[in-house]
Amino acid sequence: MAIEIEKPSVGLSKVAVSDTHGEDSPYFAGWKAYDENPYNESSNPSGVIQMGLAENQVSFDLLEKYLEEHSEASSWGKGAPGFRENALFQDYHGLKSFRQAMANFMGQIRGGRAKFDPDRIVLTAGATAANELLTFILADPGDALLVPTPYYPGFDRDLRWRTGVKIVPIHCDSSNNFQVTPEAMETAYQCAESMNLKVRGILITNPSNPLGATIQRSVLEQILDFAVNKNIHLVSDEIYSGSTFSSSEFISIAEILENRSYRDSERVHIVYSLSKDLGLPGFRVGTIYSYNDKVVCTARRMSSFTLISSQTQHLLACMLSNKEFSENYIKTNRERLTKRYDMIIKGLKNAGIECLKGNAGLFCWMNLSPLLEEPTRESELELWKTILNEVRLNISPGSSCHCSGPGWFRVCFANISEQTLEIALERIHKFMEQRRRN
Amino acid sequence: MTQTLYSRTRSPEIEKEIAGGGGGAAMRVIVPLQGVVQGRGGLVLGSIIPCALFYFLQFYLKRNRKDTDDQNNSNSSGQNPNPRSSSYGKLSELPGLTRSLSRGLPSPRSLRGPVFVSGRVRGIVKDSDSPYYVGLRRAKEDPYDELSNPNGVIQLGLAENKLSLDLVKHWLADNAEQAILRNGKELSISQIVPYQPFDGSMEFKVAVAGFMSQVMEKAVSFNPSQVVLTAGATPAIEILSFCLADAGNAFLVPTPYYPGFDRDIKWRTGVEIIHVPCRSTDNFNLSIAALDQAFDQAKKRGLKVRGIVISNPSNPVGNLISRGTLYSLLDFAREKNIHIISNELLAGSTHGNEEFVSMAELLDPDDSDRKRVHIVYGLSKDLSLPGFWVGVIYSYNEEVLAAAKRLARFSSISAPTQCLLVSMLSDAKFVQTLITINRERLQSMYAQFVAGLKKLGVECIKSSGGFYCWADMSGLIRSYNKKGELELWDKLLNIAKVNVTPGSSCHCIEPGWFRFCVTTLTEKDIPVVMDRIQKVSETSKLNR
Repeated sequence: MAIEIEKPSVGLSKVAVSDTHGEDSPYFAGWKAYDENPYNESSNPSGVIQMGLAENQVSFDLLEKYLEEHSEASSWGKGAPGFRENALFQDYHGLKSFRQAMANFMGQIRGGRAKFDPDRIVLTAGATAANELLTFILADPGDALLVPTPYYPGFDRDLRWRTGVKIVPIHCDSSNNFQVTPEAMETAYQCAESMNLKVRGILITNPSNPLGATIQRSVLEQILDFAVNKNIHLVSDEIYSGSTFSSSEFISIAEILENRSYRDSERVHIVYSLSKDLGLPGFRVGTIYSYNDKVVCTARRMSSFTLISSQTQHLLACMLSNKEFSENYIKTNRERLTKRYDMIIKGLKNAGIECLKGNAGLFCWMNLSPLLEEPTRESELELWKTILNEVRLNISPGSSCHCSGPGWFRVCFANISEQTLEIALERIHKFMEQRRRN
Repeated sequence: MTQTLYSRTRSPEIEKEIAGGGGGAAMRVIVPLQGVVQGRGGLVLGSIIPCALFYFLQFYLKRNRKDTDDQNNSNSSGQNPNPRSSSYGKLSELPGLTRSLSRGLPSPRSLRGPVFVSGRVRGIVKDSDSPYYVGLRRAKEDPYDELSNPNGVIQLGLAENKLSLDLVKHWLADNAEQAILRNGKELSISQIVPYQPFDGSMEFKVAVAGFMSQVMEKAVSFNPSQVVLTAGATPAIEILSFCLADAGNAFLVPTPYYPGFDRDIKWRTGVEIIHVPCRSTDNFNLSIAALDQAFDQAKKRGLKVRGIVISNPSNPVGNLISRGTLYSLLDFAREKNIHIISNELLAGSTHGNEEFVSMAELLDPDDSDRKRVHIVYGLSKDLSLPGFWVGVIYSYNEEVLAAAKRLARFSSISAPTQCLLVSMLSDAKFVQTLITINRERLQSMYAQFVAGLKKLGVECIKSSGGFYCWADMSGLIRSYNKKGELELWDKLLNIAKVNVTPGSSCHCIEPGWFRFCVTTLTEKDIPVVMDRIQKVSETSKLNR
């Protein structure tokens, strides 16, 4: 029942008053603390350093350079062709040139090991919208999706809020580096069944957020087999696919399908975005790539609720089809991310902190379980608060990511400058020393 | 909204398949069974066959539990385009879907059946058959061009404003690069790249709020902090629907209404629309009595009404709602304790002598009824900028604003676009010129269209706003019902090659009304349109 306040107040819907937006969780509370006291090298050197936001700023200069040198991309200079088509373009198919450029870019990231058809690309205003849209299409309210833990906290909102779909976690733990196993998948499926929930799909993030690691080929095969076996969908969120430290280590579900001659592909859908790999979160560009014609058709119509402006499509079509730019960007971005990763791992190791071996993404998965008073979620949150208030670092506690073992934290390293990272590492070092002394 | 698996009716094809498969087998089973019963041979068969039957029954039931969608069964993965459902014929709109990707797909009758898709897929498949969408597609496939395609379909079904496109084009050519990249002095790329507030930057909200005041020519000012920006008016309406009603609740919507409401209000939300019919005798103006009646009928059906959705100026009729009616609506909403969504998307597109009154004007700062009013606006119509996708939710209700702000994350506007538009909207001189010239051209086109149709014996409702003529073509239809109307629509589309929107797509209760958009053409195309319609109208008259 919707909340009925006494007159004269007029009621709102369940969706409106629900807290599924999750903004009250620690994941977001830390952001508030940062907003109130943000670190600044000169004006606020003792402020909170934001290491909870997975934004990629390491290759910002490459974007700047491109936009400066190619002003025709962002305007329709006098006599520029295609204005009428571009400005008035209100077709939810999206600009063909942009879809082509996206298809090529996605192929480029995968080292040419998979090809993408521009007509299977559906454009959305960000991956957030893409994931929600797919959920609307693949499941009815009350159905369930299986998602391996730990997972991106935003999924609780994106997959569940308006859709009414439930998430049943596939529990992974540190004993095998948090990899998904067939047993874990089966357990989750049975769990859903016992709660009378119809499982409609499994959603994986590859490379994983928050783990910062790619999924191995054999595991991907097992996941696909599981989906075929249960006749459910497989959504592969590959928004960090361009942020792997080495191109060969990332294996996309597209490659697995290619090797199987696209057998069983009608259940597979890939989500991509330019927010992480290209560092353009403000542009709001996401895509759904589906091997299922009906899903493509429906998603396209549903994208009416989440369209990308034709101006942005035009700009990005120019940028991404510039081979020189895109190749250089992918390569340089990878190198810089690797460098940052090495830097933070080394710094943490010097402080006596171990991390999960990662090979992708904008963050590392840090193990602070030895520091916990008790191996409990409450202990983890206490530690998180201490780090936020005393060390003044905002990092994401594993419990927000539904991690089954307490004490793990996600630490982002690509949204701050190298100098700021140094400062952060110094603070951590001091903190660890203090604890050892006590 | 959700239908259970078992309540769905099966398509005739499936029925035939099951019966066909079972028919022959059935005879082969019944005869030996008869034999057993009658004591003749066949004991083995008589025991094996029932077991086999039982096994097949289980198998069939299990398979049907997985196959939840008729369409799925007949069209798995779109490999077998079903001529009945035009959505699969629409594979032609996906020319790149080559066999190379589909070749590995299993046959539709695989052991477990095709993979499930939600009820929302079924919904859209039905919709795409409606004349509104069919007409849009045809016009797109075969568009009229004076020189290169003079026999193409003339598009009068899409409310796109091309009248002032030249002005916008020139502004963009002169200013766009500057606007996005060099906002002021330094390169502002750092403003467009990182995460922004999901409901729009404050700068853009300020610009939009100012523009709304300007275009409505109102003394009322719009407060930027009550603005939530979305990627188009479509998500604005959907977000409000999600916020104000639960699945299974209902909104009252006067008919005829914009066909897209069926998608925007109902599709993913599960909210119902109750029609409130308006009639030609009232000039299609909304009557409170009809509203009351619809509310009571909803109650009898057990539907909880959560709000009214009005469009002012209205689409398709183009009426402006009078101040008196707006006050009555507020009274009605107060009495029933429901919301009002006022879709004022076309507020800047008035062309008559009547005064446009926004809901915003009626609300005092200390009026507690403000909490039930929510205004929807957008830049696509008044600014000729549909491809930029800018929608506005303007609400006086803090809780609704809070929820809408969060939901806006699924429909955010691109930062470079926001930057560009801030620049454009701050160019006061340009904006004023655009608004004025747009109105002039609109008035002129409207008058010419009405006059042209009058010569053909077709009268239009006198309207003061919007992009349309709402024309009474009931004199040209053979039978005074939906069928007759659609026959005329078909003639207009396929013979006259003019795409107009039939009133039935807008749920108009009286047959024979058609919506003509006057903003998609230039003046010299009008005679062409009238000529073509004349041919059809003459043959229609002869056939009656």
